[in-house]
Order: sequence, then C-alpha cells, then structure tokens
Amino acid sequence: MRKQLKKFAQFTALSSLLVLSACGGNQAAGDEDGESSGGAVKADIGVISYISGPGAAYGEAITNGLKLAQEEINGKGEVEINLVIEDSAGKQDQALTAAQKLMNSENVTGIIGPTLSTEMNVVGPEADLNGVPIMGTSTTAEGIPQIGDYVFRNSLPEALAIPASIDKAIEKYDAKKVAILYGNDDVFTKSGFDTMKKAAEEKGLEILTIETFQKGQSDYNAQLTKIKGLKPDLILASALYNEGAVIMDQARKMGIDVPFVGGNGFNSPEVINIAGDAANGLIVATPWYGEKEDDKVKEFVGKYEEEYGKKPDQFAAQAYDALYIMAEALKNAGEADRDALRDALAEIQGFNGILGEFSFDEEGDVVMDPTVLVIEGGAFKEFN
Amino acid sequence: MLIEQLINGITLGSIYAIVALGFTLVFGVLGIINMAHGEIFMFGAFIGVVVTSTFKGPLWLAFMAAILVTAAMGYLLERFALRPLRNKQGVSHLAPLISTIGVSILLENLSHHIFGPGNHPFRASFAEISFQIGSITVYLVQIVIFIISVLLMYALSFWLGKTKAGKALRATAENLETASLLGVDVKRTITMTVIIASAMGGIAGILVGMAFNSVTPQMGLSIGLKGLAIIILGGMGNVKGAMAGGLILGLAETFVVVYGNSGYKDAIAFAAIIVILLIRPQGLFGQKISA
Repeated sequence: MRKQLKKFAQFTALSSLLVLSACGGNQAAGDEDGESSGGAVKADIGVISYISGPGAAYGEAITNGLKLAQEEINGKGEVEINLVIEDSAGKQDQALTAAQKLMNSENVTGIIGPTLSTEMNVVGPEADLNGVPIMGTSTTAEGIPQIGDYVFRNSLPEALAIPASIDKAIEKYDAKKVAILYGNDDVFTKSGFDTMKKAAEEKGLEILTIETFQKGQSDYNAQLTKIKGLKPDLILASALYNEGAVIMDQARKMGIDVPFVGGNGFNSPEVINIAGDAANGLIVATPWYGEKEDDKVKEFVGKYEEEYGKKPDQFAAQAYDALYIMAEALKNAGEADRDALRDALAEIQGFNGILGEFSFDEEGDVVMDPTVLVIEGGAFKEFN
Repeated sequence: MLIEQLINGITLGSIYAIVALGFTLVFGVLGIINMAHGEIFMFGAFIGVVVTSTFKGPLWLAFMAAILVTAAMGYLLERFALRPLRNKQGVSHLAPLISTIGVSILLENLSHHIFGPGNHPFRASFAEISFQIGSITVYLVQIVIFIISVLLMYALSFWLGKTKAGKALRATAENLETASLLGVDVKRTITMTVIIASAMGGIAGILVGMAFNSVTPQMGLSIGLKGLAIIILGGMGNVKGAMAGGLILGLAETFVVVYGNSGYKDAIAFAAIIVILLIRPQGLFGQKISA
C-alpha cells in the first residue's frame, strides 16, 4: 500500500512537472512568433486527417487538396502557410492527441480537420476551450459548428444536401414508397439516416422498411433481397462510398433497378470505379461538381490530375477551398493570431471558391446551394 | 423470396465454414488460435483481384496464384512466428496467440500499402453467370461456393481419417513428443498443417471476392472473429463441426434480417451461439480431436 502511494506521488510529481514545462514552453515561445514580419502573413496551420486505416482514402484526398492549395497560396506571396499534418487514423483518441499536440505548439494558428464527425465531436470542444480556430472540411453531421465559437466547417451538411436530392428524385420518378438502408455503426451515416427519415416523413413518403449494415461488411444480400420483395420506388442509402458501391453492385445483380439516393459520403467517383455500370442511377447532392463550366474548377481538376494521377473528389475539393478560406481570413486578420483568425473567419461572406459561392452563417455553418447529380452511363451528370 | 434468402444464408454460411476449417485445423493440431488466418484469407482475395483485374488473367490462374501465395504465407507464419516459440522454456502458452495477432496487424497494414485502402472490385465474368428458376435468380458462384465447401470438408475428413499423413497429424495433435518418439516427423507435419489451413483461407478469400464483389484490407478481421466463434460452436478442432457451425451462423444472420431487424443481426446470431454452448459446452460435435 505504502509502496503504491509512493509510486503515485512520484507519478503525480512527474506529470505535473511535465505539464508545467509544457506551459512554460508555450509562454516563452509565444512572444517570438505570432507577429508577422514584413509583407506576408506567416502561419502554421495544423491538419488532423485520417491518413491510415480503413478510411485512409479520405485522408489522402484531403491532404492532397490541401497541399495543392498551399503551393498556390504560398506562390502568390500574400500569405505563407506551413502545414503541420497529423494522422488521426479515424480514431477519436488519436485525433484528440494529435489536436492537443497541435494546440500546444504556439506556432499553430488554426487547425483544419479532423476528417470524421465523430472525431470532431471530441476535438471541437477542446479546440474551442483553448481558443484555437478549427475548421472541418468533411464533417457533415448535425451540430458540428454549434460546438463553439471557434468551430467552423466548409463541408455541406447532410441536412442541406439530402432533402435537396430527395426532392428532385420524387419530382422526377413520382416516388411514393421508399426503403432506407444505412450503416448503424458510424455517426456520419447514422446522422445521414436521421436526416433521410425526417425528409421522407416530411414529404409524405411511405417508408417500407429500414435496414442496417456495418462498416466493412461485404455481404448485403439478405437486406437487399428483403428490400426487393417490398418493391420500393426509391432506395435511400446512407452509406460511405466503399460500402455503398458494393451495395449497388449487389442490388443491381439481384435485379433491383430503382434509383438510389445517397448522402455526402456516397458522393465519390470511386463509386463508379468500384461498381461500374451498377452505379448508374445514384442520385446525390453535392457542393462539388468536377465537370462544372467554370475556369477555377477546370484549373483545379487539371492541376490535381497532373499531380496525383486521379480526379479530385469532394473531399479534395473541400479541403482545397478550406485552405483558401483560411488564407483569406489570415490575410484579413493581418497577423498569425488565433483570436484574430477566428474573427476574420466568422466574417467570411461570399467567398468564391471551386465549390461556388460560400459564406459562414452566424454559427460558423455553411450557406451555399448544392448541385444535385445523378450517375448516368458511368459518369456524374447534373440531375434535372 | 424465402428460397432466395435460404440461398443467401447457405452461401454466407459456406464461406464462414471454409474459413472455420482453416482455423479448426490449426487449433486441432497445435492448440493455437491463429489470429492471422483472417488476414491470410484477405490476402487470398487480393491476389484474386490482382490476377483477374490488374493482369486480366483467367480465374483458374487466380485460384492457383492465391493458393500458392497463401500457402507460402502459411509457411512463413509457421517458420517465423510459431516455430521459434515452440518447446522453449519459459514461453507462455499465450505467446503464439500474441505472435499471430502481431502477424495479422502486420499483414493488414502491409496490404494497405501494397493494394491501397478502400474497396477493390473483383471483375470475373464467371461471377456474372446466373440462371432463373421461376422468379428466383441463382448465381453459379453461389452453388460453386457451397460445393467447394462441402468438398473441402470431405477431403479434409478423409485426409485426416484415412491417410498416413492424416494419422501422423492426429498423432501429433495427441501428443507432440510421443508422436516424435514414434517416428513422426513432427516439424514437417506441423508445417504442412499450417500451409494447408492457409491455402484454404486463400480459397475462401477468392470465393468471397467473387460472390460479393468486395475486397478490402479490413475484411480479414470480422470474418476471422466469426471463424473463431464458429469453431467454438462446432467443437474446437472438429471438421464437421466447423462446417455445421458455419452454416448455422450464416443462416442465422440471414434470417434475423428476414424476420427481424438487421441492426441486431450479429447480436442475435451470437446470442444463438451462446445458447447452444450453454446446452452443449463442448460444442456441437465436441471432442478434442476427431476426423
């Protein structure tokens, strides 16, 4: 007992020393930096991204988009951004550790990320508490910017995207009966499902059945056979593209030929790569449309393809715009200061990026018009 | 509709059964739960994807390549992760379990780097062949999977029960030292077992790729855990038990979706396993070693 007490005392002494030294470091170095010298505003932007693990494809797209934007922004010379990239592996604890590391580094003025809404739910409050502006580029679940004053996002929330796509699908196919399918072990797909269900109920659609699946599942035949027997006009699927593409493939093989309406995570060119022709008939609303007749968009797609050998998806596009928004705010703030950056971010209105015209509302949430797309003949087309 | 679901359940169950056969073989002989089996299964699936999609090779070549690669992985697993821990003083009996967990993590991350994250489609024209019986669509792959699993089970039973190598294997399972005193080449027998079990994992991997058109670096984990549950259900180290257990789990999962809520799919399937184990703690076909 006594021995344990002693150990405990040693441990607390040691850890408090560590904490003290960490604080000391913060204050000492705080004075040197922060102020910008001369013309360009120099700032470190921390990035927390899902770089390893099952969702590493998202992290890859996001960091690619950020790096491309960084190169261009630094090239212009008004703002000089240094990216400090940390891996969260899609895990809440690791995301939090990464965030704390970034927040303790006094050079980091703002943070971009983390990738998942689940991660943002633990990282957001911490960043808000420490007064570090944080912007999610892919966190679309309900309630993210409402975490606090320092929490922003530039990703189109499901609550805006899903009703828009359901509306258009009802109009076109005169749908009355729907089946819903969603991943029940992920905050993102679960929140998408809640939005879908609400939207379906508001439009007076009859919900025939609600089926669930889990991340990484490979066999969806049981759920799909059941759905097939109920003969819906439309299938609402809240899934990430990896699972979603396989679901569509198995559904089409089984002879289910009704259109699918998907959420944000379903919206990726990868769906076409994985499912091929089976992907035809997927309807999604998106902030990002790569075929848009717009010079900025064309330039971005060209550069991205040249650099990384594939077409950018919405995650890359949102990350790209996010860094531009950060740069714009830094420029307006005029110095690499966390509070000044927050205030400048909150004032961003009518920012014109590759996603279209973008503004923050008073809570730090997104104000923009989504485009509804459908996959036809193996490509995303505008859905009218 | 019911018959279609029955076919879905049997297909899923047959795949579980093949995975469980590999588990049960290694456990029966070595008393080791090989946690890397699921990842070897995943590698088999990826080899299938590489051969058919990347190199546009024929399906038989994909099978050969997957069997070869997974067999080689089985050899390496035995040689570097299991053998060094065997018959050593002071090595905990949990050590081989931990070392196979290590191998499984290594393989998952390795496949991540080699093949990339995300889903890889399995493009084989064979997987598209289907026929209609009344209103029911049956895919040839589904029948093939069932036949292969039954064949593997009988081949394994026969091999264990009737051949000399099988007898040597059972003797080894009974007692390592005695078998070695009686002239059984224990080292070779064990290596052989792990290789065969791994190759079966590889076959299962390709079959899953064909049936569900979905191959990811993470697929090994969940199917590995299910394989483990199945051999406990069927009776540890029992070949027929693995088959029966696989089919029971596959059908249970499917019918929970049909008559209940798909959100409780795994919960109810595993609750059923617990109930069966309460009634028969040794598993359905429980004995320690059997053909």
